[in-house]
Amino acid sequence: MTTNDGRRAPAPRPGADVPALDARLRLARGDFTLDVTLEVAEGEVLALLGPNGAGKSSALRALAGLVPLTDGHVRVGGRDETTTPVERRPVGVVFQDYLLFRHMSALDNVAFGPRCQGLSKAVARARAAELLEGMDLSAQARSRPGRLSGGQAQRVALARALAVRPRLLLLDEPMAALDASTRVDVRARLRHLLEDFDGAAVLVTHDPLDAMVLADRVAVVESGRIVQQGTPAEVARRPRTPYVARLVGLNLFRGTAEGTEVTVDRRDARAPWVVHVHEPHEGEVLVAFPPRAVALYADRPHGSPRNLWRLTVDGVERFGDQVRVHLVGPMPLSADISPAALAELGLVPGAPVWAAVKAAEAECYPG
Amino acid sequence: MTTPAPTRGRALRARSGRPPWILLVPALLGVAFLVLPLLGLLVSTPWATMGARITDPAVLSALWLSLSTATAATAVCLVLGVPLAWLLARADFPGRRLVRALVTVPLVIPPVVGGVALLLVLGRNGLLGRHLDAWFGLTLPFTTAAVVIAQVFVAMPFLVVSVEGALRGVDARFEEAAATLGANRTTVFARVTLPMVLPGVGAGAALCWARALGEFGATITFAGNFPGTTQTMPLAVYMAMQRDPEAAVVLSLVLLIVSLAVLAGLRGRWT
Amino acid sequence: MPESPRHPRAALRWTAPLMAGALALTSCSAADDAGRDGAGTASETGPAGTLTVLAAASLTDVFTELAEEFEADNPGVEVELSFAGSSALATQINSGAPADVFASANTDTMALVVDGAGLDTAWAADHGEDGGVFATNTLRIAVPADNPAGVEDLADLSDDSVATALSAPEVPCGAATAAVTDTADVEIAAVTLEQDVRAVLTKVELGEVDAGLVYATDVAAAGDAVEGIDFPESGSAVNEYPVGVLAGAPEPELAAAWVDLVLSDTGADALTAAGFGTP
Repeated sequence: MTTNDGRRAPAPRPGADVPALDARLRLARGDFTLDVTLEVAEGEVLALLGPNGAGKSSALRALAGLVPLTDGHVRVGGRDETTTPVERRPVGVVFQDYLLFRHMSALDNVAFGPRCQGLSKAVARARAAELLEGMDLSAQARSRPGRLSGGQAQRVALARALAVRPRLLLLDEPMAALDASTRVDVRARLRHLLEDFDGAAVLVTHDPLDAMVLADRVAVVESGRIVQQGTPAEVARRPRTPYVARLVGLNLFRGTAEGTEVTVDRRDARAPWVVHVHEPHEGEVLVAFPPRAVALYADRPHGSPRNLWRLTVDGVERFGDQVRVHLVGPMPLSADISPAALAELGLVPGAPVWAAVKAAEAECYPG
Repeated sequence: MTTPAPTRGRALRARSGRPPWILLVPALLGVAFLVLPLLGLLVSTPWATMGARITDPAVLSALWLSLSTATAATAVCLVLGVPLAWLLARADFPGRRLVRALVTVPLVIPPVVGGVALLLVLGRNGLLGRHLDAWFGLTLPFTTAAVVIAQVFVAMPFLVVSVEGALRGVDARFEEAAATLGANRTTVFARVTLPMVLPGVGAGAALCWARALGEFGATITFAGNFPGTTQTMPLAVYMAMQRDPEAAVVLSLVLLIVSLAVLAGLRGRWT
Repeated sequence: MPESPRHPRAALRWTAPLMAGALALTSCSAADDAGRDGAGTASETGPAGTLTVLAAASLTDVFTELAEEFEADNPGVEVELSFAGSSALATQINSGAPADVFASANTDTMALVVDGAGLDTAWAADHGEDGGVFATNTLRIAVPADNPAGVEDLADLSDDSVATALSAPEVPCGAATAAVTDTADVEIAAVTLEQDVRAVLTKVELGEVDAGLVYATDVAAAGDAVEGIDFPESGSAVNEYPVGVLAGAPEPELAAAWVDLVLSDTGADALTAAGFGTP
């Protein structure tokens, strides 16, 4: 809250080169250690994407001040908030399940924060009404949370968090409480609302789709560490860990490049397994390609695809209107083919098959 | 009781099936056990003289004293007991288990002993009472205030235990949500926690009031027995029992009907 | 009409004799067996046997003391004492409980027995059809040891500044209280009407009230904590204790001997020490 010379630091204007959020969060709890560094610009939405237990919710709670940091700092708009108690942090939180106060109307839920900040009842309610109106919820203002749909409840929760005029907005699994049928609409709408927020926003999710749609940038958290950071497109195209690759549905291999030849790292070094890529690289690289880029043949195909491997079918599952074929052999691989192709090839577990991938489809990037 | 969709209600009931006899039989026995004494009271009630007896000014005065002191005692229990329950449920302090055990002491000791204990502390020569007397000229025994104190002593555990249970059932994340919205702990308690446990507080207050209304032993020991000042209905019933058991039955019935009416009326509001 | 005055302080002191009584009722203690052996085959020779005395609870101390004396005077004889409220005992006797002697705390209760199970006709012919009165109990003013309000007589209790505890008019001691206040033409401003005389005494002992009206025996039992003040009007409510040998007594001779002991100077001394008056 105060600078070293004791003065209250003025909040830097947006556009200054101080990040809206600059945090290093270190939390040690038993065997588990969370250690992440986050930087979020004004108006940017960062998604923390990771499996359950990776520590992303802990990170969010630490940012909100709900759990004390073992070490590190939290600066919002250049102001140190590391030791600021929860109720005085310039933070708004949209909780998982939204946690709307059931004994209050939607309007009073939203007016709660402004009231706590010392605004008069009338002013607080006016601000709440305005926020609800902006979210097309005027008709629901008098409703108790129990009468709201999932999407409406989410927007009330967002309005409630925004009503305290936070500089940092935190969203904990904002889509988890919704049923699948409403998700698409609600997600699009939330994306739209988040665009209007001019502070920093951090979103926690285990669903890559939420992260891709809602966030400007994705940080993948595994076992308390950020393993990859980038735009949704980057992360989707160039995953850096098997977990991310699985999330975004890519085949991923780590290897060593010599020109356009990548030798995949394997335990059994005597039988090298090579992937041909389009652009030449040198040294440690990652190679990723989508399952739909894998073509399957019962017999060795004519012509000469650069990458052709003989593999064995391990399993088959429906995947949208496609069929995903899991292959094993020197390296495991997934391939998406049409149900018609599946029938034609007569693929059953244990059947041998030829798999081909065009070099141009294989994304290669430094590992 | 009309249901908007009777067919659906029936269908639901059919699915849940009949309660198993292993629960039903003891439950019915339990009801019988509680209701039969009441039935005994009703059967032996001299209905003919009932009207005359319940309009007796002495009875009305005892009834009024009972209702007002039980209500005052409940109010005191709420003011002291809800914060105590919060402390037991939420705060972490050394000796919390001990305090929790101590809270239930009035449930365990015979009320007469409680009354003696109150005399030893708040009586004219009691540990605190003698100072109250010396400094403020205040003597509690044999006053209506003493009746309230005796009732608070025996009834408070009912409130504290109920409210503590309700507080433990509250999802603490709602309190966290309130904190992130800028609420300090007092505001969180007053505007979020308390409204959430209101049904528990209501149930505790009802139990507390009922216990205060029926309180006898501690009252007669600590507050004595004087019509109009300290003679509540249970004391009046006991006294009547000495000379006129019929009157005692009538008085018991009046107390019972009034308390059932009040509790039933309140229950409807909370649910 | 008057109740059996109970000893407020004696609650603990009752316990021991009651326990002993209970033991004696169920089986003989080792000491009793030894005593009987010493006297030879007690039940067959001389004045030996078991005497069963039912007595009002207020007589616990006195009768326990007298029983020891009686057993000492009559080797081989065992006295079984059973104490309870007079009316409870009367109910027991009238329902056929085998007993030799009944000592009641009031004449009304004795009358119930005389009309019910009846007294031993031979004994009654000599000692009275309604039993013989052996003790009296009268009201006294009990004040805390230091007498904070300086109470001297009954009239002082009419002063509002003197906090007084009385027994409720519904209970026997309260009726006796009403009798003496009527006689004295004094209106006592009580702060509480207690459910029994023991509760009145407790309030006095704790110093919660400046005075209370209790039985003389209660004052005696309370010891130093309470000071008793006599007042002349107490004579208008004298509570008489009658004793009688019961019809069908298993040991009528022993029973008559017991009544003689109670009526003797020894008995009178014990009763006086306990606060009773003697006829």
